[in-house]
Amino acid sequence: MKFRNFISCLSLFLVAGSSFAADVVDTGRSNLNLRPGATEISNQVYDLHMLMFYICIGIAVVVFGAMTYSMVMHRKSKGAKAANFHENLTVEIVWTIVPFVLLIFMAVPAAYTLIDMEDASQPDVTVLVTGSQWKWNYSYRDYDVEYFSSLATPQAQIKNKLTKGQNYLLEVDRPLVIPTGKKVRFLITSDDVIHSWYVPDFAIKKDANPGFINEAWANVIEPGVYRGQCAELCGKDHGFMPIVVIAKEPAEFDIWIAEQETIARKAKEEEQRLLSMNMSMEELMSKGKSVYESVCAACHMPNGEGLPGVFPSLKGSPMALEDIPGHIDIVVNGSPGTSMASFSKQLTMSEIAAVVTYERNAWGNNTGDLVQAKDVNAIMNGTE
Amino acid sequence: MATTTDTNHADTANDGHASDDHHHHAPSGITRWLFTTNHKDIGTLYLWFAFIMFLIGGAMAMVIRAELFQPGLQIVEPNFFNQMTTVHGLIMVFGAVMPAFTGLANWLVPMMIGAPDMALPRMNNWSFWILPFAFLILLSSLFMEGGGPAFGWTFYAPLSTTYSGDSTALFVFSVHIMGISSIMGAINVIVTIFNMRAPGMTYMKMPLFVWTWLITAFLLIAVMPVLAAAVTMVLTDKFFGTSFFSAAGGGDPVLFQHIFWFFGHPEVYIMILPAFGIISQIIPTFSRKKLFGYASMVYATASIALLSFIVWAHHMFTTGMPVAFEMFFMFATMLISVPTGVKVFNWVATMWRGSLSFEIPMLFAIAFIVLFTIGGLSGLMLAITPVDFQYHDTYFVVAHFHYVLVTGAVFSIMAAVYYWLPKWTGKMFDITLAKWHFWCSLISVNLLFFPMHFVGLAGMPRRIPDYALQFADFNKWISVGGFAFGLSQFIFLALLIKACRHQGESVSSQVWDGAEGLEWEIPSPAPYHTFETPPVVK
Repeated sequence: MKFRNFISCLSLFLVAGSSFAADVVDTGRSNLNLRPGATEISNQVYDLHMLMFYICIGIAVVVFGAMTYSMVMHRKSKGAKAANFHENLTVEIVWTIVPFVLLIFMAVPAAYTLIDMEDASQPDVTVLVTGSQWKWNYSYRDYDVEYFSSLATPQAQIKNKLTKGQNYLLEVDRPLVIPTGKKVRFLITSDDVIHSWYVPDFAIKKDANPGFINEAWANVIEPGVYRGQCAELCGKDHGFMPIVVIAKEPAEFDIWIAEQETIARKAKEEEQRLLSMNMSMEELMSKGKSVYESVCAACHMPNGEGLPGVFPSLKGSPMALEDIPGHIDIVVNGSPGTSMASFSKQLTMSEIAAVVTYERNAWGNNTGDLVQAKDVNAIMNGTE
Repeated sequence: MATTTDTNHADTANDGHASDDHHHHAPSGITRWLFTTNHKDIGTLYLWFAFIMFLIGGAMAMVIRAELFQPGLQIVEPNFFNQMTTVHGLIMVFGAVMPAFTGLANWLVPMMIGAPDMALPRMNNWSFWILPFAFLILLSSLFMEGGGPAFGWTFYAPLSTTYSGDSTALFVFSVHIMGISSIMGAINVIVTIFNMRAPGMTYMKMPLFVWTWLITAFLLIAVMPVLAAAVTMVLTDKFFGTSFFSAAGGGDPVLFQHIFWFFGHPEVYIMILPAFGIISQIIPTFSRKKLFGYASMVYATASIALLSFIVWAHHMFTTGMPVAFEMFFMFATMLISVPTGVKVFNWVATMWRGSLSFEIPMLFAIAFIVLFTIGGLSGLMLAITPVDFQYHDTYFVVAHFHYVLVTGAVFSIMAAVYYWLPKWTGKMFDITLAKWHFWCSLISVNLLFFPMHFVGLAGMPRRIPDYALQFADFNKWISVGGFAFGLSQFIFLALLIKACRHQGESVSSQVWDGAEGLEWEIPSPAPYHTFETPPVVK
């Protein structure tokens, strides 16, 4: 009777299992297991994982087999009489030694792979990866290229107002680009809390610790797009800071990086040009609104009211109504000892000017104040 | 195992109040429970407290699973989601599992070693009654402006310091109280076992449950102060300008993790060693055969406890340790599987050629062995540093620790309650309800936690309120399993209420056919005072 129950449970699981298997066929890639990944190391890791898995299955078959045999054959209801033994030194020594030997078979290949993974010396390309709430910054140490990479999925999809795209929550505005066939070293750190840079296809998960730099490396075999996520709880939007890495052939990478250097240089020139210009209230407000919504709204909320007790409100706040230089200063330099970060790296002077103007004139903060790029420059470079 | 020669005296002395067991020297009504120094009353208080916390923590898990039922944000905001995962973890660890084991220790340790009560009964009262205040403080913080703690039950700095809300102070204070309670409970267990064993109850005759609790109590005394230090440093970093965990002031955020896991890993064994003890009591009873390898069980428990102090950094492989440290912690961690394996093999050998029957406690015990072993094997996989880089902080880890904590620790507590409940109440519980409870829990808990292995391997990080579409199908199933497991516990609640009203058939003092030990030689229900004259154990 109870045994029949057990069989029916088992068949239920098999049915459930086969429906999962059908899903796998639909999406074309495994939802069930690790992926072998895109580097030689990640393939080694996959092999280790499978080795461990099979050893564990073997142990489970032996242990559960013996248990099931007892449960079927040594039942009181079948008239089984209990034997009298309760120790056996030989058996006990055997089942202490045998697992120990098995462990050595797991430990040796694991140690070799680990040594390879932790050797980030002699890289061809180095990228400094900096986590901050809730975006990544990529800075190429050998080129004059640095940019932020944040979630590209629209809020409307997250709030279920639009159909979710194929790469929902795994898409960014500016992916990291690296060359294939080269040893790329990642130096990983953080500006605020601990994050973790996790790209499954490279078998990399390395914590970004504020004030310390960690290393990891990948040598990607095939060009492609590889996606990951922040893996260490880092506050409210921890689930919304994905990682996208595009691996390109070295020649294409060289073209791309040259383009980026040109873009970066032009942006700097443009910033200098804007310093001498005054923008109108309309321009400042519309630019400020878009900057606010993509950068500030995560904490201070789109309505400027913040999250009571967590993130302060800007609506009606003295900070946004009174002293202008103080307002610019907190955006430029952040507020030490709080979650308010410095935005001087992420935003241009004209963007900071626009967003400060927006905060001083939106949601009923009708100060009428205009802030221009040169005002920001004065605070940043102390020319005033 | 042990037989008594002098139980007659105790029996006749207690027969009188076996029938009205709650009126002996004790005030009635609420003051009975407030002022009680009786180990059985305090055990009951602990167990009910743990069960209420289990339901509250479970309700939070239901919020989590409801939000994760499908992709997108539907029910809660991310900040509240983080509070739910944090407080769920804290409540289940400190409010449900640990007090439940302390409650079992209170009820059973004196009865198993032939002692009249715990050694320090007034402290026993205090160690229980500060607990409700600890959890009141923690739960009330959820209603503060900005909400309760949202940094995970592991409260990694600086998320819990510079970047946390003001409720952190309440969190710190409540963890302090929980720690004080645990330490006092542990001292009581140790002092009782050292000093109050009946004549002839030598250490190597003690039931395994007593042994595992003795070792657990030492672990508690060793590591709860470390937790207290960690939360105190968080408090001063946040409110008093110290920089223990801030690089800007010469500290190190990873130092926090070393301190936390130096507490945290032994804590894992605090939550599983008493479970090993329970299973080692139940399996022999329903196999009608002595426990295989009693001595090796004791040594294995002690070696697990010792090893637990040198493996903490396997929780921190991704923090960027030197490769030599990673190797040390990998090998030390793998080593733990040897004594743990010995335990599982001993249980199977106890069943081997026994005369098995499958009463409810045995069903839970067998489910424990199978499912705990699955959790143990995934733990072995997690020990391998290079693959841990893949598993770490994904749902694979969530699956692993829920297999060892829910189908491990919690199932063992349920097994224990079913095993000793007739001894406590004198009546057999409602077996039909118990069977429903077991089968519903068993099926739903696997639907809940097994697919987590798959989404974890496919790369879903833990502690996220929303996820990519490739994880959607499994998460739906996981949530369905979660709701079903949650509902199944109301069957247990109904059964417990019936049992507390003393409904059901009266049972003999032995209750179960093959049960051995001092607690089965006193009448059922166990009288308010037992072993006022110590039994003599041969």
